[in-house]
Amino acid sequence: MSTPASTPASTPATTSGSAEAPESVRRRRAARPRGARRLDSTALIYLVLVGVVVASAVLTAVEGRNFFTQGNIWAVLTAMSVLGLIAIGQTLVILVGSLDLSVPYVVSLATLVAAGGMKGLDSNVPAAVFNTLALSVLIGLVMGLLVSLLDVHGFIASLGVGLIVSGYLATNYQGSHGAAAPDLSLLGRSGIAGIIPTAFIVLLVCALLVTLVLRYTRLGHHLYAVGGNREVARMSGVRTAGPVIAAHVICSFLAGVAGLLLLSRTGVGLPTIGSQGRYDLLSIAAVVLGGTLLAGGKGSVVGTIGGVAIFAVLDNVMGVMQVNPFLKDFVRGLVIVLAVAVYARRSVVRRPPRFGPDRVLPLPVPLLASPSKPTDQDPA
Amino acid sequence: MSDTHALVATGMTKSFFGNTVLADLDLALDPGEVHGLVGENGAGKSTLMKMLAGVYTPDSGTIVVAGQEVSFSHPVQAQRAGVSTVFQEFNLLLERTIAENIWLGREPRRFGAFGPIDTARMRRDTEELLEGLGVAGLKAGTLVRNLSVAEQQIVEIAKAVSFDAKVIQMDEPTAALADHEVELLYSIIQRLTERGVAILYVSHRLKEIFELCQTITILKDGQHVATRPAADLTEGELVRLMVGRPLTQYFPDKPVDVAVGDVRLSLEGVGNAYVDDVSLEVRAGEIVGLAGLQGSGRTELLETVFGVHPVARGSVSLDGAPLQVSSPRQGVRARLAFITEDRKAKGLALNQSILDNSLGVVRAVFPRRTAAARREMPGVLSNLEVSAHSLGQEVQFLSGGNQQKVVLARWLSIDPLVVLMDEPTRGIDVGAKHRVYELMRELTRQGVAVLMVSSELPEVIGMSDRILVMRDGTLAGELPAGASEEAVLAMATGAATEGDAA
Repeated sequence: MSTPASTPASTPATTSGSAEAPESVRRRRAARPRGARRLDSTALIYLVLVGVVVASAVLTAVEGRNFFTQGNIWAVLTAMSVLGLIAIGQTLVILVGSLDLSVPYVVSLATLVAAGGMKGLDSNVPAAVFNTLALSVLIGLVMGLLVSLLDVHGFIASLGVGLIVSGYLATNYQGSHGAAAPDLSLLGRSGIAGIIPTAFIVLLVCALLVTLVLRYTRLGHHLYAVGGNREVARMSGVRTAGPVIAAHVICSFLAGVAGLLLLSRTGVGLPTIGSQGRYDLLSIAAVVLGGTLLAGGKGSVVGTIGGVAIFAVLDNVMGVMQVNPFLKDFVRGLVIVLAVAVYARRSVVRRPPRFGPDRVLPLPVPLLASPSKPTDQDPA
Repeated sequence: MSDTHALVATGMTKSFFGNTVLADLDLALDPGEVHGLVGENGAGKSTLMKMLAGVYTPDSGTIVVAGQEVSFSHPVQAQRAGVSTVFQEFNLLLERTIAENIWLGREPRRFGAFGPIDTARMRRDTEELLEGLGVAGLKAGTLVRNLSVAEQQIVEIAKAVSFDAKVIQMDEPTAALADHEVELLYSIIQRLTERGVAILYVSHRLKEIFELCQTITILKDGQHVATRPAADLTEGELVRLMVGRPLTQYFPDKPVDVAVGDVRLSLEGVGNAYVDDVSLEVRAGEIVGLAGLQGSGRTELLETVFGVHPVARGSVSLDGAPLQVSSPRQGVRARLAFITEDRKAKGLALNQSILDNSLGVVRAVFPRRTAAARREMPGVLSNLEVSAHSLGQEVQFLSGGNQQKVVLARWLSIDPLVVLMDEPTRGIDVGAKHRVYELMRELTRQGVAVLMVSSELPEVIGMSDRILVMRDGTLAGELPAGASEEAVLAMATGAATEGDAA
C-alpha cells in the first residue's frame, strides 16, 4: 500500500469530529504542491526579455556594432514609449473584458488636433493639449458607454468608433497639418544623460500610476472582477459599468498622450501616423505577450511593459541588421504565437501529475518531484 | 412573536409567464436551526431560495428578517439584511485571491471613502473569518483557481458569513464534495449554528437531511406539502411526501435474466501521470462501481480509458483484443461512452437544442449513421422520459435531470460496448435518478459493461455488482456487492487496511 498505517487523522470519516476536519484540509493542501515554484508569467516574460536583449547584443556585435551605445538605448526606449502608453491603456481595456481597436485613429487625431491648435506657438500649448486630451477622453467615454450600457462588444464598438474617426481624418486632412510648439519639440529631444528620453519617463510614471490603481483602489479590483466574471461581480454588488467606462476612458486618454509624444518628435500632425504604426494590433499583441488573458480578469501592466520592450528590442536589432520588412513581421508574428502557445500550455496543466516521469507532460521540467509514489498522506 | 425567528417568510408566490412555480409558501427559521428544504427538481426550492436571496422579486409575500420587514431587489441587499446564499454554482473569481473574492464590492479602505484599499486589513479579516469557521491551512492570498472544490465552497461560506449573516442558505452544498469533505462542511455548519445562524439547507441527499436538520419542509410542484420536525419523519415517509408515491425500491433490483458474460474491458497494470498500476476487468452485463475519495484518481482513470490521458504503462483490451486509444475520438470509435461528471462544461453544448446535443457524438464520429440516429432519437428521448417543450429547446433551460438524460441519449446513439459513468446522478432529482438507475440495468441486459464512478456510497453499493476502491491513484482493493458504507470508506481512506472495519 502506498500509505503506511500512519494516518491517524483519517480514522473512519463517520466519526464526525470538528477537530479532524481542518486537518484533512491541511493535508489536501500539502498534497497539492501545484506550481508553487513555477515562474509566474511576468517573471517569464522578463526572462525572455533578457534573452532577447542578449541575443540582440550578440547579433549586433556580429555585425560589428554595439547594441549598448547611448544612441541605441535612447532609440529603443523612445520606440517603447509610444507603444507602451497605448499598451497600458489596452491592458486595462482587455483586463475588463473589452478591446480597443480605435487607438491608432485616436493617436492620429491627437497629433492633428494638437498640432493644429499649437500652430507652432508656445503660448497655445496649454489649450491645445487640453483640447486634445479632452477629445480623447470623450471618444473613450463614447466607447465605454457603448460597451457597458448598450452591451456592444468592445471589439465592435471600438471598430465602429475607429472607422468613424478614420473617416473624419481621411476627409478633412490631406497630408501634414499644423505645427508643434517649440517647447513640445524640445521635450521630444530632452532626456536624462542622453540615455533616457523624457517620453520614456512619462511611460514609467503612467505605468506606475496604473499599477497602483490596479492594486490599491476599488476601481482596480473591480476591473479585474468585471473582466474575470461580470455576473460574479454584479452578484457581489459591483456596479459593472463603472470599470468598463473607466478602462476605455483611460485607454483613449493614454492614446491621446501617445499622440502628443509622437507630435513632439514629428513636429507636424499626420493623419496616418497611427495606422502606419499599427498600434491597434501591436498593443494587443504586447498585452497578450505580457501575460494578460485576452478574455480578461488576469494580467498586469508590468507584464505589458515587458511585452512592449521585447517588441522594441526586436525591432531595433532587425533595423540595425537591415532585415527586410517581411521578415520583420514574420519574426513579430512568430514571437506572439509562440508566447501565447506557451501560456496556453501552462494553463492546461491544472492537475499536477501524481506519478513519476512521463511523456505526457508538455514541459520537460519536473515541476514537482514525486519520484514514484505519492507522499501526500504524510501526517502534518 | 416573529422576533424570536431569524427569518419568517409568508405567502411567498412567484410565477413565470403565467406558470406558478411557487404558491403561497410560509417558512420560519429559528436562530441556530438547520432547516431542510426538500423536493424534486421543479418543486420550487430554487425559486424560494432565489427570492430570499434577492435574485428574484416575489409576486407577493413578505419577508421578515430578525423582526424587520425587508424587500430585496438585488442580492447585495439581501446580504446586507443578513440573508446570504451559497449557490450551487460558485460566485468566485478564479484569478483572484481568497481575500479579494470575499471582500469584492466592499473592500476596506484607509483614510475614508476615497483612500487606497487596506490590503493588510483584508488579509487579517479573511484569516479571522476562516479561523472562526475552524478552517486551518487556507491562506488569504491564495488564488481561488488553486483551491479544490471543497475549499472553494469554504470561501463561499466565509463570504456569506462575512456579511454577519443571520440566515445562510445552502443549495446542494455537498453535490461536488467527497464524503470526507462533507464531514468538514458539517463541522462548519455546526459552528455556524452555535453562533445562532439559521441555515436553510437544500439537498437531494436524504441521509444528510436527516443527519443535519432539525426541521424539514417538503415542497412538491410549487406547493407546500409539509413542515415537520426531522425526528418525526422516516426516510421512507419523506420520499413518499416528496414524490407523492411510495418509492419502495430506491435502487431497481438486479434483473434475474441477466447473466454476466465474458470480459469486455480489461486493464493490465495501466499507469500514467495520474493513475498507477491499475488492473481491472469489467464483464459484459456487469456494473462495476469505482469508489474513492475526491482526488483519488477515479475520474482520471475513466479519462485514461477513454483516451483523454495517454496510457504510459500497461495495456487495455476490449473483448479480448488490444485497445489503443489516444484521443476521445478513438475512444468513441471503439464504442466507449463517457458520461462526464460536469455535464454543463463537458457534456453538453448548453445553448444548442436537445436534438443537436443528443446527436452530437454520432454526427462527429459516425456521420453516416446520423440519419438513422435522428429517426430514433424522439423515441429514445421519450423512453428516457425527457420532459421538454420540443426537441428544439435549448438544453440550458432544462432541469439537471433532463439535461443528464440528454447526455445519456447522446451516448446511447453510438450503441456503446462499455459505458464509463462519472457521477451519473450528481445534482439531479429523485425521479431522474431512478430513471438513470433503470437505464443502467437495461444496459446490462444488452450486455453492455458499465464502469461507474460515484461519490454517493449508497449508490455505489446499491447499483454495483462489484466495488473497486481507489486511493491515491491506485486500486486499494475490491469489495463485493452490498458491502457496508464503512467498509468502502475504510478502504478509501486507508483507515483499516486489514481486518474488518467497525
